[in-house]
Amino acid sequence: MADLKALYQEVILDHNKKPRNYGKLSPSTHHAEGHNPLCGDHISVTLNLSGNLADVKIEAIGFEGEACAVCKSSASMMTVAVKGKTRDEAETLTQDFLAMATGKMDMNAPNNMGRLAVFAGVKDLPTRVKCAILPWHTLHAAFNSVLEVSTEADADPMHTS
Amino acid sequence: MNAPTFKPAAVLDIERIRADFPILKLEVNNKPLVYLDNAASSQMPQQVIDRLVRYQTSQHANIHRAVHYLSETATHEYEVARRTLQKFINAKEDREIIFTSGTTEAINLVMHGYGRKFIKAGDEIILTTLEHHSNIVPWQMLCEETGAKIRVVPINDAGELDIAVYESLFNERTKFVGVVHISNALGTINPVKQMIAFAHARGVPVLVDGAQAAPHLSVDVQDLDCDFYAYSGHKLCGPTGIGMLYGKAKHLEAMQPYKGGGDMILSVTFEKTTYNTIPFKFEAGTPPIMAAIGLGAAIDYLQTIGMDKIAAHEHSLLEYATAQINDMPGVRIIGTAKNKASVISFAIDGVHPHDIGSLLNQEGVAVRTGHHCAQPVMDRYRVPATSRASFAFYNTMAEVDALITGIRTVQQVFA
Ligand SMILES: Cc1ncc(COP(=O)(O)O)c(C=O)c1O
Repeated sequence: MADLKALYQEVILDHNKKPRNYGKLSPSTHHAEGHNPLCGDHISVTLNLSGNLADVKIEAIGFEGEACAVCKSSASMMTVAVKGKTRDEAETLTQDFLAMATGKMDMNAPNNMGRLAVFAGVKDLPTRVKCAILPWHTLHAAFNSVLEVSTEADADPMHTS
Repeated sequence: MNAPTFKPAAVLDIERIRADFPILKLEVNNKPLVYLDNAASSQMPQQVIDRLVRYQTSQHANIHRAVHYLSETATHEYEVARRTLQKFINAKEDREIIFTSGTTEAINLVMHGYGRKFIKAGDEIILTTLEHHSNIVPWQMLCEETGAKIRVVPINDAGELDIAVYESLFNERTKFVGVVHISNALGTINPVKQMIAFAHARGVPVLVDGAQAAPHLSVDVQDLDCDFYAYSGHKLCGPTGIGMLYGKAKHLEAMQPYKGGGDMILSVTFEKTTYNTIPFKFEAGTPPIMAAIGLGAAIDYLQTIGMDKIAAHEHSLLEYATAQINDMPGVRIIGTAKNKASVISFAIDGVHPHDIGSLLNQEGVAVRTGHHCAQPVMDRYRVPATSRASFAFYNTMAEVDALITGIRTVQQVFA
């Protein structure tokens, strides 16, 4: 069992209290809403993308919502991690984050998680994995401007792992 | 008895009772398990576990089918269990007890068997804000199908039903009332006897969802005069997959069957099928025989302790926990009805319930967090979710202390 208190102390002291890029971009080029029906969490991600096809870039990103500390900190750290990146880079990071949170990444091998690695511990807390990955699913949905995503369906780590 | 009086009962020998529950010896995260999620499901004593094993090792066969020894034994034990359930709620006849998979199925049975036959377009069904989704959704399905309408009794800030509004909702179109006996989200004990009398004076039948009441107070369906009463075995120390619907014989006889199959018929030809008598008309197919017998054993177990003593002990846990939480700055109890069962929904300032649940779990304390399948209640208090501690007779004052310490730890982490 991960030391949950340590995870909390690390992320809560920072991102839960002072979430970065908090709010809705207006205007925005893309946005999506994400829900976790299990706990009622709800967040929105808004994006301003520039460029075309090959090098679409995240100029600005905002998130907002009612969510637990794990979800909110994950969202906040996500916005910091992907701002200024290309869509491809952000999508790769998303895949890697999902792999890490669901325990499919070897954390001893070199990886690109950086500060996001604090979330590796949620893999031992199946009910909390959904909280950590909701922002990332919502980001992915925003790229495609799929307007609603839910962590209960295909994104459910209990069913994909 | 909708307003139980808590007699100063002889103190329960909690340590002896706890010894009956093997699971209570578990450690979680290297801490003794403090199980405070009894409203979701309670734990099973060794006596019930043993009964399940005895049935399966020496008494099992299909019931109501064959003349051989085991089938007769299993049938006998199954029907003995039915009579145990009958006496537990003081039903007049054993044929008024239908085994179902739980409260949810019991309510769905009434919706299909009674609602679809007797409730028509324009008719009204009265429900309350305190209902569990299982006493909302079936009626919405019925309304969608028939064009009937749902009217909702609101609650006040304490979480008590507004009885004046309840009474004002009745009119000539009112055809049915569904009310939860004890709210699983807030613990409010509703004045169901009074509500039933009011409905009956207008010729309207009442279903009582007793999922949270049957485990915690003594229920007398004849005294309540309810038309239907439902509960689940797994919330009263029995197995999952079993529960019960009580219905007055006159209603059950008038109702249409809900599932078709074996055991629910007297004769079948492709031209015409004659349904069996109650309760068998509603028990199509092979039922969970072992679970039904286990539920009977669980009721025997609870009755040896005594429902009044159970209610008294749980009430002292509730009072002790309530007083301590009320003294904690930054913690708020949601649901402060005068007449309350041992359920405490609470919120901690600045901390999401999901985080509370995870951090309490680190301390070995099991509480439920979420909307408790009662989203209308959450909406009423404008919260997405709460944390809920729910006590059973095997909980101790020391476990209340562990909860309080756990809440302090959560506050420290978030300080
Ligand atoms: C008040 C109430 N009604 C109905 C139910 C549904 O019970 P079950 O899931 O056992 O059918 C519950 C259980 O959570 C409950 O608390």
